[in-house]
Amino acid sequence: MPGTMVPSEFIINIDQERCRRCKRCVMNCGFGAFEFKDRTIADSSKCVACHRCVVFCPEEAITIGRNPLAFRENPSWDVGLRKSIWRQAATPGMILTGMGNDLPWLNIFDHLLIDACQVTNPSIDPLREPMELRTYLGRKPDHLEVEPNGNGGFGLKNKVSNNIRLEVPIMFSGMSYGSVSLNVHRALAIAAEQLGTVMNTGEGGLHEELYPYADHIIVQCASGRFGVHSKYLNAGAAVEIKIGQGAKPGIGGHLPGEKIGLDVSGTRMIPVGTDALSPAPHHDIYSIEDLSQLIYALKEATDYKPISVKIASVHNVAAIASGIARAGADIIYLDGFRGGTGASPAVIRDHVGIPLEIAVAVVDEQLRKEGIRNLVSIIAAGGIRSSADVAKVIALGADAVGIGTAALIAMGCRVCQKCYTGNCSWGIATQKPELMGRLDPDWGAERLVNLVDSWSTELKEILGALGVNAVESLRGNRERLRTLGLDATTAEILDVKPAGR
Amino acid sequence: MAFGDQYKKWKVDDFKVSSACGLSGFISRDGHLTGGEVIIESMRVIRERGNGLGGGFAGYGIYPKHEEHYALHIMFEDANGKSRCEELLEESLEVEASEEMPTMPIPQIQAPPILWRYFAVPRREKLTAEGLSADDFMVRLVMAINTTVPGTFVFSSGKNMGVFKAVGFAEDVGEFFRIPDYSAYTWIGHGRFPTNTPGWWGGAHPFNILDWAVVHNGEISSYGINKRYLEMFGYHCTLLTDTEVMAYLFDLLVRKQGLPLPIACKILAAPFWKSIDEDDDPAEKELLESLRMTYGSALVNGPFAVIVGYSRGMVGLNDRVKLRPLVAATKDELLYVSSEESAIRQICPRPDRVWAPPAGQPVIGELKGDV
Amino acid sequence: MAKTYTRRESEVRTVTVDAKGVYYRDLNSRVRELIDGGYTEIVLDGVNGQRYIGDGLTDSVNIIINGVPGNDLGAFMDGPTITVNDNAQDCVGNTMNSGKIVVRGHAGDVIGYGMRGGKIFIRDDVGYRVGIHMKSFKEQVPIIVAGGKAGDFFGEYMAGGVIVLLGFGEDERPVVGDYLGTGMHGGAIYMRGEPEQHLLGKEVSVSPLDSEDRKLLEVVLPEFFKDTLTDGAGVDISDFIKLRPFSHRPYGSKYVY
Repeated sequence: MPGTMVPSEFIINIDQERCRRCKRCVMNCGFGAFEFKDRTIADSSKCVACHRCVVFCPEEAITIGRNPLAFRENPSWDVGLRKSIWRQAATPGMILTGMGNDLPWLNIFDHLLIDACQVTNPSIDPLREPMELRTYLGRKPDHLEVEPNGNGGFGLKNKVSNNIRLEVPIMFSGMSYGSVSLNVHRALAIAAEQLGTVMNTGEGGLHEELYPYADHIIVQCASGRFGVHSKYLNAGAAVEIKIGQGAKPGIGGHLPGEKIGLDVSGTRMIPVGTDALSPAPHHDIYSIEDLSQLIYALKEATDYKPISVKIASVHNVAAIASGIARAGADIIYLDGFRGGTGASPAVIRDHVGIPLEIAVAVVDEQLRKEGIRNLVSIIAAGGIRSSADVAKVIALGADAVGIGTAALIAMGCRVCQKCYTGNCSWGIATQKPELMGRLDPDWGAERLVNLVDSWSTELKEILGALGVNAVESLRGNRERLRTLGLDATTAEILDVKPAGR
Repeated sequence: MAFGDQYKKWKVDDFKVSSACGLSGFISRDGHLTGGEVIIESMRVIRERGNGLGGGFAGYGIYPKHEEHYALHIMFEDANGKSRCEELLEESLEVEASEEMPTMPIPQIQAPPILWRYFAVPRREKLTAEGLSADDFMVRLVMAINTTVPGTFVFSSGKNMGVFKAVGFAEDVGEFFRIPDYSAYTWIGHGRFPTNTPGWWGGAHPFNILDWAVVHNGEISSYGINKRYLEMFGYHCTLLTDTEVMAYLFDLLVRKQGLPLPIACKILAAPFWKSIDEDDDPAEKELLESLRMTYGSALVNGPFAVIVGYSRGMVGLNDRVKLRPLVAATKDELLYVSSEESAIRQICPRPDRVWAPPAGQPVIGELKGDV
Repeated sequence: MAKTYTRRESEVRTVTVDAKGVYYRDLNSRVRELIDGGYTEIVLDGVNGQRYIGDGLTDSVNIIINGVPGNDLGAFMDGPTITVNDNAQDCVGNTMNSGKIVVRGHAGDVIGYGMRGGKIFIRDDVGYRVGIHMKSFKEQVPIIVAGGKAGDFFGEYMAGGVIVLLGFGEDERPVVGDYLGTGMHGGAIYMRGEPEQHLLGKEVSVSPLDSEDRKLLEVVLPEFFKDTLTDGAGVDISDFIKLRPFSHRPYGSKYVY
């Protein structure tokens, strides 16, 4: 019997008439789907539809098709489910996958509409009039005190604590060095500096080469504590405690030893070739007061830089966020159930957590009810796909967004979901020297800057249509959203009226 | 909304009502009292800016005999609401005097509610029991009446000042409320052009809490977040009219948080980052940056011009890109602010100075120290 | 285009109207009646706040206003000459096509919005967004001259025509506000003295005058001084600079297809 009995998902077609035997496809495929014996031969079973071969074939001789093989239709027994069972029956284990949730859950963003001005208040022309996106992340006092300064003006009596200043309310989400290549980190750091925003190291430490970008980096301290040391903690503008991740709430991490080469080893401070295992919880945090203890330990170590706490959006997220705010965090990073990952059991990625839109709405509302919204900034990440999503989630109450998958797509990612293999043909989710060289950091940075600039322009256009000229007037302004085709309960939870009301 | 039903007769739905309007106001800095016919005369010139669906006035210094008492102006849909409200007042306040508000029925003003005024102070034992200042107690009481007593609306609650408002053109509203019978050192007036619902009496301007009275021209595009911000501090926007947030923001920032008025204006009409970045005084830069960081949700965005009265003064303020008109003038001890110069020139033909205040820069007139 | 009348100069017929307290519709229809009755010079006394004076008129009539006219003075006007012996309010010369408006005082915001031809002369200060989106078309070149200082967004997305700012005035304010010429993509702004660099919109640059510019100012300025009764003795054309847009298509690169 053949091994898994799982038929190929894609079929590679090579037009042998057009092929001029240049072997570029053979060299480019990270998954070894091509070989050359007199002519180019493809092994469709290895194809992940990452399109590297298609893009680099000079003769446009390659096309990738879906395997037309018919299955008896049965909506209860989706083909994907049948394939999973075949795989697990062949080899015991959890189905592993990469990137974000790929099941067709309702996407709330696609059921929210944005308002615009007509007559009673003017829309503003964002191309010519000032339009402000600047955003500060961190704790704010609930009021300020001033005193006369003797020159007829006023001076501050109480100061605002350290905040991170972003010129755009869009930052790059945590993606660890190890899961992605050093060139990805380089591109993110260069772009973050140019854009006046920040990148996030993820849990794999920060390569020494990137320390000069400190003002544009958030360093992460996760349960595995990889590469976490005093110098690292001070190598960023803020420190993030990663409790959980939208793609795999409640689950630890596992970076296989094959991805731990010399450089990753040096950065993570673990031996070459060892598996890098992140525990599911932080073993110094079994309750909220322990979180507070770690927050203040990090503040002490960094002369009171802002501390962010990243959590996955789960059912009780509002109460959890309130506890985090009261525990002393300055930023809460909410990762929705569509968030990406380098590797996660599919069952967790696809079925655990709640949508980001709901998490942001209930957290913002809870913090306001308790009168502590000023204690923390809210970052929304995990499923932000466009400037429209950015505008909508800010209107629901987020201060800024994080983008991970979108940033990778900008650098060539085809969302083939094979990040965990380390074979990424685009040089993104890989540590193989021959593959990672494919991503030029400057080229990657330019594409990231272009993307964020484009979204910023679109965001300004949305603000202008809304008749406001600063992003803080959109933030939490749910009055400017309406739902369409969303059930009444969800709309009520979002505190957004239906279109027509 | 929980109180939606209670206002059914007066309101259509829980829309935010916005409006484009005409404003005028003046203050005698020497405390000289002027009859109400003067502000009516000014408003008559800018009648075209309203559409007859709301007009109103606020006068300061009109109740010298009761200057130590909160003057509550209340409108009641019916006698039922009145008796329920009066029970609540009796329980909370020592009512010194109460009477029907003097009005002159005219055909231009239709279907008035029951209008009554009360001069009162909080019961001392209540303040002690609740640990509140008299002002905070009154704010809470007004919020409570306006959100829980059906068909009842407190539209004025300051001391030695009063708000008078109705559905109609400003000059007709003035005649109805016999405004010329009052004398004040500060008068502000408003003619309304509501844009997405029919007007109702409570929705006319000025909006008031304690001694703050606000008349407003424009629509607050940031209303949704301004309202949610105020809710964090216990203010409930019951009127569903964007101007309300302006009155509460002044009360929060100036009275509750003790910020100077010019600083409050820098919060409501914040300078752009560009000009903050260009500021070469580091202390001033830090102040402005900190204000924007802390009070971003209190930025009033969208076109507005407002005139705000308070017991010691009057301030005129524009949005930060000046999308609504505002003109100021002085003549001796008088300061005038209006939507149009003609409304000033009607009552002050030869001002000493007439100017257009720049965007976001308040024009403030206060009673002189010894007045 | 302006209707051309064949009356000769000698046929000037003047009439004075007491406008005090007259509702604007009544006032403006009275003006139309008088024009139809053959009057060529109409003096309006006691004006205060009446809107739309001269709105849409296409005759070559002179209107003299004593008092403060209301908003939209001379809107859509196509021929008349209006002289205001006082201040004016907002939206003077809104979308005006030809004719002239002279204000012997200051004026408010949004002066000459979308103006396509004719002249607006304001003796003193002007407010925000003056000359916004004024444009020229074929032989028509609209001109705004302000003797005083101006607010923010002066010449905002100006597409054609000429604006001149003299900057007279005692107060310490800068001559012009922020976002000067933002979005400008046609026409020219002439200013006495160079504006501070940080006030400039990103679409404009400062250049010295060439001989064509001088010729233009040599014609326009004396006419302005005469009409507004301003003493222009201290004004030297060599003190002026010119602001021009970099491009007629400033936003060509904003879009991706």
